[in-house]
Formats: sequence, C-alpha cells, structure tokens
Amino acid sequence: MHSWAELVIDMSNPIDDLADPAIELRNVSRRFVSPDGKSLTAIRDFTMSVARGEFVAVVGPTGCGKSTTLNLITGLAKPSSGEALVFGKPVDGIDKRIGFVFQADALFPWRNVIDNVIAGPVFRGMAKAKAMPLARDWLARVGLAKFETLYPHQLSGGMRKRVALAQTFINEPQILLMDEPFSALDVQTRALMHEELLSLWSLSKASVVFVTHDLEEAVALADKVYVLTAGPATVKSVYPITLPRPRVVSEIRYDQNFIDLSRTIWNDLRDEVTRGAARAAA
Amino acid sequence: MADAAVKSPLATARAGTSDAEIEARAVAATRRRWWLVIVWRLVILALMLGSWELAARTGFIDSFFYSYPTAIFARLWELIQDGENGTSLWYHLWITIEESLLGFVFGSAGGIAAGIALGRNKFLADIFSIYIKVFNAIPRVVLAPIFILLFGLGMTSKVMLSLVMVFFVVFANAFQGVREADRAMIANAQILGASKWQVTRSVILPSAMSWIFASLHISFSFAIVGAIVGEFIGARYGIGLIIQTARGLQDTAEMYATILIILLVVLVAEFLMTQIEHRFAKWRPAPFSEAGA
Repeated sequence: MHSWAELVIDMSNPIDDLADPAIELRNVSRRFVSPDGKSLTAIRDFTMSVARGEFVAVVGPTGCGKSTTLNLITGLAKPSSGEALVFGKPVDGIDKRIGFVFQADALFPWRNVIDNVIAGPVFRGMAKAKAMPLARDWLARVGLAKFETLYPHQLSGGMRKRVALAQTFINEPQILLMDEPFSALDVQTRALMHEELLSLWSLSKASVVFVTHDLEEAVALADKVYVLTAGPATVKSVYPITLPRPRVVSEIRYDQNFIDLSRTIWNDLRDEVTRGAARAAA
Repeated sequence: MADAAVKSPLATARAGTSDAEIEARAVAATRRRWWLVIVWRLVILALMLGSWELAARTGFIDSFFYSYPTAIFARLWELIQDGENGTSLWYHLWITIEESLLGFVFGSAGGIAAGIALGRNKFLADIFSIYIKVFNAIPRVVLAPIFILLFGLGMTSKVMLSLVMVFFVVFANAFQGVREADRAMIANAQILGASKWQVTRSVILPSAMSWIFASLHISFSFAIVGAIVGEFIGARYGIGLIIQTARGLQDTAEMYATILIILLVVLVAEFLMTQIEHRFAKWRPAPFSEAGA
C-alpha cells in the first residue's frame, strides 16, 4: 500500500523510476551539415551514464565535441542517431529539471544582479515578490548579498560567475550541466569557485556533468572522469575518482592519490591531445 | 591612453601632495577645458555669421541668392508675428511636426515589429528578404506624388511618406540587432525556463535596443524629410508649403528662416531621444572620463 505522501509524489511524476540513472546517452551520434553540404561528425557512438547525485567530469582535447554532449542533454540539440535519456525518458525539448552554467558570460547585462537571479523562477511563473527573498537567500549563499543592485559590468569575472551559479541553483535543478564554466577565470579565483561549487552541490545533491579541458579540475571535483577521443568524440575511457569527500580543492592537488590518478589519466589523454593538435594543424 | 596621460594639462604634482589636492586640480582642469571649448564654439559661430553678413553687405556674394543673417532673423521675426498664407507659423510648424511624429511612431513601431518577427523566424526571413531588398531599392521620395494622388492633399499622404522613410531604416537595424543577440544568453534564458515570447521580450528586445536606438536617431530627420517633401508636392499647411511659397516669391531670407526652424526641431528631437536612450541604457558601462587621467 502507498501512503498518501508517496501517492502524491507518484502522481506528480508518474514515469520517473528511481532505478533509472539521471542521464543516459546510448550510442549517440551527432552530425552537422554545413550550408555547402559538407558534414561534420561532432560525436560518434557516445555512451555515458550519470547516476543520481553523481558528479561526472568530461575531459577531452579542445574542439572535440564536449559541449555537444551537453546540448544533447538539454534538448537544445537532437541526436542524429542513438538515444538521450533524462531520468529514463527520452529528451524532448528543454527539461525544467536541468540547470546550465555557460562558459561565456550569459548573464543579462541590462538586469542588475538580483533581477538576473530571479529570472528563472519568474520565467517559470513565480511572482516577483515571492522570488525576491529566494534570490536574496541564494545571493547570500554565494557571498554577494551586498551587490544585488549592481549591474554585471560592475562586477569582476569571479563575481559574475557567482551570480550565474545563484541564477542556476535558484531553480533547484536535479541535473546540473557545466560547460567549462571557470575557464575564463584566473587561477586563484578558479580555486575559490571550485570550493563554492562543491559546497553548493553537496547541499543540492544534483547530478552534475562538468565539461572541462583542465584535467586537474576534473579530478579534483568529480566522482567519475570520462576521457574523450579527439573529434569525432567518443568515450576513450572512464576513471572512477575515489578521493574522499568532502574535498578541499586547494589542498587536494598535493595529495599522493590525486597525483597518481592525474598522471594515469593524463597518459591516456595525452595521445588524444596530440592527435587533436595534429588535426587542427592539418 | 598613455598618450593622453602624457599630454594631460596637469603637471605632475610634487611627491606627498594629498589625493584631495590632486583631485581638485583635475576637476579644475576639466572645467577650464570645457569653458575653452564653449568659447571657441562661440568664436567660430560669430566668425561665420559675421563674414556672411559682411560678404553680402559689401556685394562680395549676391544677397538675392544667399541672403544674410540679419535679413534672415528679421524675416524669421516677421514669420513668427504674421504667419504665412493667413495662418500662424506655429500652426504650420505643428502640422509638419504632427505628420513627422505620426510617421515616425508608426514607421518605427512597424519596423521594430517586422524586424523582430523576421529576425526570430529564419523561414519568414528567407521568404521576405528578396521583397525587402526590392522595396528598399525604391528611393522613397519618388513615392511622394503617388501618395498625394492616393491620399490627397491632407496629412495622410505626408504621414505615409514619413512612415515609409522611417520603416526600412528601423526595420534593417532591428533585424540586425535580433540576429546579433548573444546565442549563449538566449540558451541561458531558455534553460532557465523562458518561453519563446519571454525570450523575445526579455533577451532579444533589450539586446537589439542599442541597434534600434541607433536607427531611431537618424529616422526622426528622415520623418521630417518625408513630411516636407510631401508638402512640397502639395499641401494646405506645413513648413514645406512655406518654403514652396517663399520660392515662388523669390524670398530667400524666408527659405533660410524655415531651414533654421526645422534645424531647431530636429535638434530638440535628437536631444529628447538621447535622454530616452540614457534611461534605457543605464545598465551599460559608463565610459571612463579622461578627466585627471
């Protein structure tokens, strides 16, 4: 017998079976056809699975098609063949349970900080008055409580990324996709953002796919690292990262396990980087 | 910037000068420079008007064709007092402004709407781009006689002419502005939960706004051109009619006087537009002042 509470949950999301992984890509390929008729395969026979609450990092040489995998999960792009599943259901349009942090600055420059943060809830129909306290709460969590009336151009790159995190987390995504989110930041700011991200993630327990070309970043943050081949991208190998949590990202890089893992994965990745570079030069 | 710093009128202060003192000097230098600019502007204006007057009085230029400043101001004063064709100058002016304003408002609203619609819909854009190119190739003023026939001597014909003059300029910019909207920003809004309409309203429109404003600045003068050309061809009231009458009477002073009036109208409109734009653009980074650099 179901209790009432269980029934309510079941009815609100009838097909969501808890046994399904959060994200599954099964033999997915994605081809682009340019206007002059040439076709380009961005990813080929790509298979990946992300469990609920798992932090997965995807590393690969530049331009190999890493971002394409994320677009398939969001529904912004459709696979040419294969299946993309979110919580056991094929991706069909943009899923409300997904949050996305972009590499580029994707804040709305004409809105001040707090209006940027309330954007998600308000787009989804929440009254502005109700969204404001929520946004203040998230701004406080990313340490920007005092900056809510400033405009993005008045903030540093790191602060803008914090706003982007608050903007994403306020929607309470169950899946968090990140496309080289910190690559434009300086080294120190990036380390701070890593800590920030891990603490936000440990509270939300979202499933994360974190795309990066920085191997150390991947090892420091993730539970599992996917190494991709140079384009067309496919999975070369998968490494579980067994480092204990909670992790202190700024210190973990001196940990012997971290060093060993990084070296092993780098040996694997190096060939692809060399191949990717050779291809780019050709 | 380095050059500007070297050329700065401020001498390097002695070591140990307080920040307040350096700031005060910078402010004083900026103010001095501003006054200098104003003085030079006035000097040049006086030189131009003075030499014009002198050249006409001494017969160096033919005052019948070129008139001269004092005659123009005298004629302007007469116009203000007596009007033209038995109607006050203000009524003529108001008619021209009304025609231009209506043409400007409807033309730019239509241009923005069409620009966004086609900018957002690639299929529509592919279909209509050829027609837009074709219509855009028509010099708009050749439509004036047709519009007078179609819509009569009243205001409608001038409003329509203003409207088509404004429409294409605003349309082209709105379209381009929509196309230039940042892809990541649009994707961000979509994933945050924005519907197609919400994306248009809260991402596309604001990011196209600077393009649109750039076109609005020039299009008000286009609207005036439309109204006046229409009035040249046939009208009962309006500044264009006054100019046409003055031409018939070979009254060059009056023609220059009306130019002066129109020029003031466009300047005021331009000023208002800039004010509105500033209100819309408060989110944009203010350029760093060079003062005290």
